[in-house]
Amino acid sequence: MAVLDRSLASSSPGEAVRLPVASRLHDWVVTADHKKLGLMYIASGLVFFLVAGVMASMMRIQLAFPQNDFLGPNTFNRLMTMHGTTMVFFVGMPMFFGFANYLVPLQIGARDLAFPRLNAFGFWMFLFGGLLLYFSAIGSEGLYGAGSTPDVGWFAYAPLTSRTFSRGNATDYWILGILLSSVGSTATAINLVTTVATMRCPGMTLRRMPLFVWILWVDAILVLFVLSPLTAAQVMLLFDRFLGAHFFDTQAGGSAVLWQHFFWFFGHPEVYVLILPAFAIASEVIPVFSRKPLFGYPIMVAATICIGMISMSVWVHHMFVVGLEPGANTFFAASTMAIAVPTGIKIFNWLGTMWGGRIRFRVPMLWCTAFLVEFVLAGLTGVILATVPIDWQLSDSYFVVAHFHFVLIGGLLFNIFAAIYYWFPKATGRMLDEGLGRKHFFWFVLGFNLTFLPMHVPGLLGMPRRIYTYMPGRGWDAWNLVVTAGVAVQAVGILFFLWNVISSLRGGEPAGDDPWDAWTLEWATTSPPPEYNFEEIPTVRSRRPLWDLKHPEDPDWRWE
Amino acid sequence: MSTAAATGPGVPENMRGRIGMASLIVAEISFFAVFIVAYLFYLGKSTTGPQPGEVLKTPIAATICLLASSVTIAIALRALRAGSLGGFRAWWLATILLGAGFLFATALEWHELIHERGLTIATNLFGTTFYSLVGFHALHVTLGLCMLAFVLAASLRGRLQPADAERTEILSWYWHFVDAVWVAVFSVVYLTAR
Repeated sequence: MAVLDRSLASSSPGEAVRLPVASRLHDWVVTADHKKLGLMYIASGLVFFLVAGVMASMMRIQLAFPQNDFLGPNTFNRLMTMHGTTMVFFVGMPMFFGFANYLVPLQIGARDLAFPRLNAFGFWMFLFGGLLLYFSAIGSEGLYGAGSTPDVGWFAYAPLTSRTFSRGNATDYWILGILLSSVGSTATAINLVTTVATMRCPGMTLRRMPLFVWILWVDAILVLFVLSPLTAAQVMLLFDRFLGAHFFDTQAGGSAVLWQHFFWFFGHPEVYVLILPAFAIASEVIPVFSRKPLFGYPIMVAATICIGMISMSVWVHHMFVVGLEPGANTFFAASTMAIAVPTGIKIFNWLGTMWGGRIRFRVPMLWCTAFLVEFVLAGLTGVILATVPIDWQLSDSYFVVAHFHFVLIGGLLFNIFAAIYYWFPKATGRMLDEGLGRKHFFWFVLGFNLTFLPMHVPGLLGMPRRIYTYMPGRGWDAWNLVVTAGVAVQAVGILFFLWNVISSLRGGEPAGDDPWDAWTLEWATTSPPPEYNFEEIPTVRSRRPLWDLKHPEDPDWRWE
Repeated sequence: MSTAAATGPGVPENMRGRIGMASLIVAEISFFAVFIVAYLFYLGKSTTGPQPGEVLKTPIAATICLLASSVTIAIALRALRAGSLGGFRAWWLATILLGAGFLFATALEWHELIHERGLTIATNLFGTTFYSLVGFHALHVTLGLCMLAFVLAASLRGRLQPADAERTEILSWYWHFVDAVWVAVFSVVYLTAR
């Protein structure tokens, strides 16, 4: 009754009824709405991002000076494991599913995903998987009886994960936390594949589908293929640890290399699972801010499908130093270089989109432009590492760490920032502040390059990754100090970002329905969109339905 | 179902279920593929006995049960489409019994392997890979049987109409998939052991 009285008292004409906090929380917990679930994915991804970022900073403080004693070796191993696991499974994946959840139904003119309740299931499995992983810090019995997070690396190589070498339950938390969230991810991938296949609005043929949706569709299909092998391998590891099975038990004839094969058969496509959403975001932001339709749409679709397929045949490039036969190494070196071709095609298409456009360098576009530069650098070091003899020299050195951070930060994170600046107005009805956004951009990009460009050098000089300290006088000292200083600069950028989000949520400039003069269907509805998304299911006649609406004298469909 | 879940225009309602189930089957195939690869990779690499050839018998009866159940489920669906609820229930029940027969045969096989031949999951690499692969298949058969039993119960309570044939067919896809996995398991495990 109290609820009813209060809402009656506060409801005046023109003012939305504001329910008590408990009721609003309850709404979020029981919701099956794709927009709320999408926002919860993104928000929990951001929280995990901050946590894993703090871990990275602690590791960098430890490595700033030779023989530093800020962290002990055990703590360092735990931080390293949790940082990697969190960033891949609990930051990258929820960002993919968050943006896919929020935007795919809006962009294809649907009212929700195909299976809304399965969607809620997927989100909560993901979230509780992450919480289970972190619960290990207090709940798992470590070596000395105290709580311990996993410390076997995010790759969890055998035989380090066997009962003999990994006592207590920390490794089991690693297995089960990821396994649970993988079940949720598979459920959401099934949901996305089905949604795009069956829920498109009238007129939205596959050739008119926004490239964003195309790329995420391919990505969801890729998840179906590659995530369950990880689940299978983790089940094998559980059997080894609890039932005395011998999958990865070298003493009984088991193979530690087989774990590497299974892990990287998942692990490398996973890199593409993470980076494809970045490509999707860039393909949405770059045309809108270049005021030109995307250049080479069909080629972009073909390149995406190529990347998806080739990504499943490159995994052995993580294992060149294992000592497999030359034939295998040659094949996987060639396939790894081959995947640079469709990726390069995408880069040229984005450049082609910008070419001759009236570019507006608003914050989302700044991030996408920086992405183009950094991602080319990341790709170049990738091709270098695909060369087997060079990889023998550089594998497991800081060169590799610098390479994949260029991919995942310069490639993925930059675009996630672009997406947040671009779609924040749609989700909240308020713009993020442009000035603070620019500060965030400049500080973060500066810090990123200060951290990860110099990081290549100690790698070339032979500094191995995953070490908790090093001796002075090897020529690594100054480089490491610069790298750590770069982290501090990045942190300043992140503070500007957080400040921007919090202050804009409260008092940001009202956005209106279509602040960027964009072309896809999400901008046709209100900001934030109503629960049912569209009053009337739209009908589209071209790739840019909103352009057609705004320019009836020169619609796109006339040229299709 | 609310309007929020309505399929896009021009797409038949049952497409959602079909594509959803097909996607699930893709994910399941890559799950089983890993166990099959592990089985083949470790074939003959056990450091101690018993080896597959010494203890495995070709499970003819179980295989016939499971393959036949794919036929009976198809006949049951045809009966449902033709509006014969009685025929549907009879053939659906036959499917469940055949599936249960398969599980029973597996149970007998495992009983013999564990108690007479001394082969457990911890004995050697063969035991490890054999029980994981065959066990996960049996788990899928069990889950399938639960879903089949659920449909039978709904049918007996009058909740299943010929109009539900499409949805019931989607469940039968899962059953056929479990059957197909058995064909792979049979070839990989039992034929190589001969």
